[in-house]
Amino acid sequence: MTVPALAIDNLSKSYDGQQAVKEISFEIPPGEIFGLLGPNGAGKSTTINMIAGVTRIGGGRIEVFGYDNQRDYRVARRLLGVMHQEVVIDNFFTIDQTLKFHAGYYGVRDDPAWRKRLIEQLGLGPHLHKVMIKLSGGLKRRFMIAKALLHKPRLLILDEPTAGVDVELRHGLWEFVREINRAGTTILLTTHYLEEAEQMCDRIAIMHHGELIALEATGSLLERLGTRGVVVHLHQPLQTLPAALAGWGGRLDTDGRAVRLTLPPQQTAGDLLALLCRMGLPVADLETKRAGLEEIFLQITKDVPAGGGNGS
Amino acid sequence: MSDRRLPEFIPWLPFYTLLQKEVRRFLRVASQTLVTPVVTAALYLFIFGATLGTRISVLEGFSYAQFVIPGLILMAVVNNAFANTSTSLFMSRYLGSIVDLLVTPLTPAQFILAYTLAAMLRGMAVGTVVWLISLPFATLPFAHPALVVAMALLTSFLFAQFGLIVALHADSFDALAMYSNFVLMPLIYLGGVFYPISILPAPWAGLSHLNPLFYLIDGFRHALLGQGDLSFATAFTVSGLMAAGAFLWAATLIGRSYRLRN
Repeated sequence: MTVPALAIDNLSKSYDGQQAVKEISFEIPPGEIFGLLGPNGAGKSTTINMIAGVTRIGGGRIEVFGYDNQRDYRVARRLLGVMHQEVVIDNFFTIDQTLKFHAGYYGVRDDPAWRKRLIEQLGLGPHLHKVMIKLSGGLKRRFMIAKALLHKPRLLILDEPTAGVDVELRHGLWEFVREINRAGTTILLTTHYLEEAEQMCDRIAIMHHGELIALEATGSLLERLGTRGVVVHLHQPLQTLPAALAGWGGRLDTDGRAVRLTLPPQQTAGDLLALLCRMGLPVADLETKRAGLEEIFLQITKDVPAGGGNGS
Repeated sequence: MSDRRLPEFIPWLPFYTLLQKEVRRFLRVASQTLVTPVVTAALYLFIFGATLGTRISVLEGFSYAQFVIPGLILMAVVNNAFANTSTSLFMSRYLGSIVDLLVTPLTPAQFILAYTLAAMLRGMAVGTVVWLISLPFATLPFAHPALVVAMALLTSFLFAQFGLIVALHADSFDALAMYSNFVLMPLIYLGGVFYPISILPAPWAGLSHLNPLFYLIDGFRHALLGQGDLSFATAFTVSGLMAAGAFLWAATLIGRSYRLRN
């Protein structure tokens, strides 16, 4: 049996009697790109900080490639690379100097060829002589990724790696993440750009109020919860929304010439069209759009009150 | 892209890396960390060695410069060992860069040892330079050279621990400065750097025995000049116990990740 890259069992954490993480459990197999999503304050960063060793574990256990991150913390941390959400500024050294000694913290000798490769891949070459405060937001993030990878970790945690990074750079960073994943590094990431999580992640977990309220393959999550939006364009404007469409989440545009509806997973566009014909509505055109992770995320987090998750 | 084989793990390397980083940190800002304390000590030497000192005599058989130089050397050791650990660790906590260490396989023992050795190195380096620039003002007999080095090392070790403890307790730069200005400085000035405790009136001389700096300064001066208020046994025993206590305190805080991990 393959040892999971990360195994979390009944993990919990409280601050001043307030439970920030509530007995969550999940595993990430080696080689996966796993997305941990949730609104602000959902418990994602607390979870990541407990995995990384920045925050004490409140209850439960964490294993990195089978090594307990408390009992065998030296091995577990050696296998882990973490890029934190908060940008940490250390202006005593240029980024070149920092990159040269940083692997040593992990008990690993500096590998100049690997370091050079990271510098090239992340476009840090022209900025090596600068201290961190002189770098742009995007460069700071790229530098932090390089730092997290210098000791060649087998599990890389990226906490909001593209926050505040422009679109072009984001694409470059994700391409880089895919590349290191293809080379065998397991990735755990959090992002606010849900579209990116949808494109990047093999599986997605959603946290809300400290609980895990969804955990499944990205495709099946989209399939299961993926309602489709439908816009029905009309020849003649309507004054009010027909009562029969209220159950479809119907909403009339201000000029009355279009009705916006939500198609549940078990219904087809054909069913809707038949209903519209029966009602005698003057349909001119019909557009459908599959809901993205964004809509699913909002739907799930809206439906689950605090303390109501299934922790699956 | 990455090599799937894990690179060899060298258990002592995290310690060595942190030590190297800490030493390079204070060398990087040498004008603040090395030059400023030396200039301050040079001014003291000028005042007490070349001007006022020629008119004062407090210890039979020695000039005032000879009396005051051991205190000035130890003051440099104390201030710099304390400043190195307290400033560096507090800044790491304050700026958040401490997470770079918390996520690594660095053990608590390696953590303390690296910070302590860097601080001792800075304290000893500044202390040595102060001694070198004192040479034109007075020659010291170095009565017990091994004890001179031992007391300087013990002092730098003790104040490196004190710096760690303060860095973990301080919540702001103001609090950090408060420890330095309202705790350390009075202890140094009232601990016998500029006068022998024995010349104080009875209640003040007795009170001075509660000042930990008194044992360090007296022991150091005794080793250098061959004369002191206390025996070596008393000075070294009290200093050693203080150093052990401070180390246990710092080790407990760091072992429990006090104010490092929430």
